[in-house]
Amino acid sequence: MYDKPKILPAGDKAIVVEYGDEISEECNAKVLNLYNFLKNSKVDGIISMIPTYRSLLIKYNPLKIDFEKISEYVKAASNAKGEEYVFKPKVIEIPVAYGGEFGPDLDFVAEYHKITPEEVIRIHVEPLYRIYMLGFTMGFAYLGGMSEKIATPRLETPREKIEAGSVGIAGSQTGIYPLDSPGGWRLIGKTPVKLYDPKRENPILLEAGNYIKFVRIGPDEFFNIEEEVEKGTYQIKTYEYIEKR
Amino acid sequence: MATFRVLQPGLLTTIQDLGRYGYESQGVPTSGAMDEFAFRVANILLGNEENAPALEITVLGPTLEVLEDVAVAITGAQLPVEVNGKKRMVWSSFPLKKGDVLSIGAVSSGCRAYLAVSGGFKAEVVMGSASTYTRGKLGGLEGRPLKKEDLLFRELGKKPAKFYRVDERYVPTYENVTEIRVILGPQDNYFDEDNIKLFLNSTYTITKDSDRMGYRLEGPQIRAKKKHDIITDGIVPGAIQIPANGNPIIMLKDAQTTGGYAKIATCIWSDLPKLAQLKPDDRIRFKAISVEEAQKVLRDLEKSIEQIKATLKIVNYFDITVNGKHYDVVLENIN
Repeated sequence: MYDKPKILPAGDKAIVVEYGDEISEECNAKVLNLYNFLKNSKVDGIISMIPTYRSLLIKYNPLKIDFEKISEYVKAASNAKGEEYVFKPKVIEIPVAYGGEFGPDLDFVAEYHKITPEEVIRIHVEPLYRIYMLGFTMGFAYLGGMSEKIATPRLETPREKIEAGSVGIAGSQTGIYPLDSPGGWRLIGKTPVKLYDPKRENPILLEAGNYIKFVRIGPDEFFNIEEEVEKGTYQIKTYEYIEKR
Repeated sequence: MATFRVLQPGLLTTIQDLGRYGYESQGVPTSGAMDEFAFRVANILLGNEENAPALEITVLGPTLEVLEDVAVAITGAQLPVEVNGKKRMVWSSFPLKKGDVLSIGAVSSGCRAYLAVSGGFKAEVVMGSASTYTRGKLGGLEGRPLKKEDLLFRELGKKPAKFYRVDERYVPTYENVTEIRVILGPQDNYFDEDNIKLFLNSTYTITKDSDRMGYRLEGPQIRAKKKHDIITDGIVPGAIQIPANGNPIIMLKDAQTTGGYAKIATCIWSDLPKLAQLKPDDRIRFKAISVEEAQKVLRDLEKSIEQIKATLKIVNYFDITVNGKHYDVVLENIN
């Protein structure tokens, strides 16, 4: 991490506040703290923001606040005010049916590591996964925290269509496909929960800074939840994240 | 009641507004009109809200059957516009009658035109915007371009009392070699002085691999000092990425919100309309300016929009019958 965050122009309508050149929880926490602080302080002239691993991009309207003013404001916020503000993350439970038709590559991942499919599942549901950022495609969350014990290379030939909700592994990353799309991840399970639903009040379920807890469900439960999701009666379980000390 | 029936959809005609903001943190591109200047003026000509949804026409325009009396405006690229075979001007508003056929041809200069309708087009508003994002299949009309037989509806708006055209002084001309002003960064430190000079002193050609998501450029390749990959960070429309092959890519309105290539520079917001009017094989040169200068250009652009409003020329359209013959008469007030 840098001693002081760098403030860089990204054109004439955005600045980037960069805290370091690394992927770490510490660095990402700074980004998300500033992001949430600014979101709550509703600065006139800030249009929208993109928090990423180690920097926060802030889009602003120069007709309301110019480069110098926003830089000063953000510098002050990132040094002092941002520190006082403490963002309280949430944990979002994502029910996942593992293996079989839901996760066709589960057996491969197990064989690759010479462990049983049950062990792969146990290792995968164990951690709380930090949502570092969203990007690449609508609703796609970059998660941190997967055990290296189940890290598996991508498919040599990507699948042409992977259904939304599929849970996969690519290298040391795990993730959920928010939309139907082609892709090369090893699929170990599937969630009936929709990561993107234009009809929902918050169309995109996940947000940077929160945590994901995968909860194992069976096929029957998968179809029950899927039906409830369709009817709009399914309640996604969330609770406050309590930091392990 | 529908306003138009699509007889021919054109090459790529989508409903856009000024973009979808507030969801970039969740990976949703802003989308929105590629040429915001022409888009806004189209709405201004009708007295609409500047953000009212309008059609973005790409290279070849649509043919529409008119289902009710209504006023429209067209701006942007130069292309033939006809109502039942009678010519109409780009950068003007004009009336349509039930039963008319509005046909919009292929561009002779520029790339994108905007057709606004009195009140604005009715569209699917998703996450606060009507803009069509085709890759995400959202917004506009079922998240897709127009197709034959689509019915287009509009929001009720006040019928404009007068029709106008924009004063020639403010009608942009689109060149084949265009200067695009940029602000260096956010990762210009990935490149040495020679490579930054090369980038700024060369002419680049827009390749066929260019769309609303981004333009891929061909020309002198730019090399990073060490690596081209960065830790994925945020992207704005106008950002110029340099991937490992050295060929710049300008990210545009449908671009993903984050990316992992070093960004040597970012086009200034006021020049995105010029970029939007470029086609494959058109050429560009970059010129670096400071953020302060760019923000002055942006303020001046707003002033010129005010001047456009203040200097609109009134145009009258008459359908006259003399000795049983019909004449289409267009009269302009002389001040």
